Amino acid sequence: MTDIEVTGLGKRFDTVDALTDVSFSLSGNKICGLLGRNGAGKTTLLSIVAGFERQTGGTVLVDGEPVWENPVATGKVCLVRGVGDATAASVSVRELLDYAARLRPGWDARYAGELLEKFEVAPEKQAKSLSHGKRCALGVTIGLASRAPVTIFDESYLGLDAPSRYAFYDALLADVLAHPRLVIISTHLIEEVATLFEDVLILDRGKLMLHEDADTMRAAGAAVTGDAALVDSFTLGLEVLGERMLGRTKSAMVYGPLDEKRRARAREAGLDLDPIALQDLFVHLTSGGAR
Amino acid sequence: MTVNFDDRSPIYRQIADRIEAEVLSGTLAGDEQVPSTNKYAAHHRINPATVNKAFQQLVDDGILYKRRGIGMFVSPQARQTLRARRRKSFFTDVVDPMVNEARAIGIDLSELVERINELAREDGR
Repeated sequence: MTDIEVTGLGKRFDTVDALTDVSFSLSGNKICGLLGRNGAGKTTLLSIVAGFERQTGGTVLVDGEPVWENPVATGKVCLVRGVGDATAASVSVRELLDYAARLRPGWDARYAGELLEKFEVAPEKQAKSLSHGKRCALGVTIGLASRAPVTIFDESYLGLDAPSRYAFYDALLADVLAHPRLVIISTHLIEEVATLFEDVLILDRGKLMLHEDADTMRAAGAAVTGDAALVDSFTLGLEVLGERMLGRTKSAMVYGPLDEKRRARAREAGLDLDPIALQDLFVHLTSGGAR
Repeated sequence: MTVNFDDRSPIYRQIADRIEAEVLSGTLAGDEQVPSTNKYAAHHRINPATVNKAFQQLVDDGILYKRRGIGMFVSPQARQTLRARRRKSFFTDVVDPMVNEARAIGIDLSELVERINELAREDGR
């Protein structure tokens, strides 16, 4: 079992702070979702965790070891970025996989071959001549077959079409069940994968806004709808993420534990309490002004 | 039985609800084995930890029991336990909202009582 400990992490590019004081720890074998709007710092964070980039403040430890220029730690982390980094070189798919095999002690060549077949990627093809979708498929193949104790997919399967994305979700779940490890997925397609997440991390403008168990998060959000005055008095003292009015009816999104007493109060006041999807919660938590 | 889980409320609760419904309807009988965590997770495309949470809750509630190294089974008294629990909340969950609804649309409560008596008489025939 591998653990990641991020403490006070900062990254400054010239005059811009991409990450500010990010701290969290992940341990155990689970699938975590890293969510954030464009420019929130997701890729920067993941690149630092994988040792691709050096932080300007704070520490990142994998099993207690700093990652920067430390093969013991980076050997445990496999980051698949975008459509894959290595696809610019003039090499065949097979050569790329051979390279990954040398790099990754846990590499499963037979499994990699099965995945290529599933995604219909020809091993003899030049990697750079592959279509966008096939390059994504190659990226996720490398990530899955790496069997790295920490496997990270940074928007790496967004170029896949819907059937291939679901094939990827199924393959990921099956492989994680058979070979438990820590998986981090950063994505914009939240609805599709939300049920796979055990933990959710939300980055907003370079800061960690939330790190929560996904089910706890789902239980914490609710939409309260009814007569505007009644809704207002009910939401007093609760964190209101957003509100909408239609005539005298108001719908307010609240975030925070709603205990049975509060729920009973809502029922008595004739207010409707509806759950909110993870994706909607994310939108409301991070929508402080469109950028 | 491919059913999608609603992403809007805790999924472990939804899994537990579904297993409870199957026990109540008799689809799952006492001492019958329920599918493993991994099968459940893969089938519904959900996190295995979420499935475990649901199983744990059902064990705590006396609906399922665990056989070491084999898996999860339905408790012999699960159906009775569930029926007793549902009976307890029947009035607050079903009857009270019905009465509220009747009041809101102007149905006299004596009409409700009359209807219930009518159904009871049909039962008696």
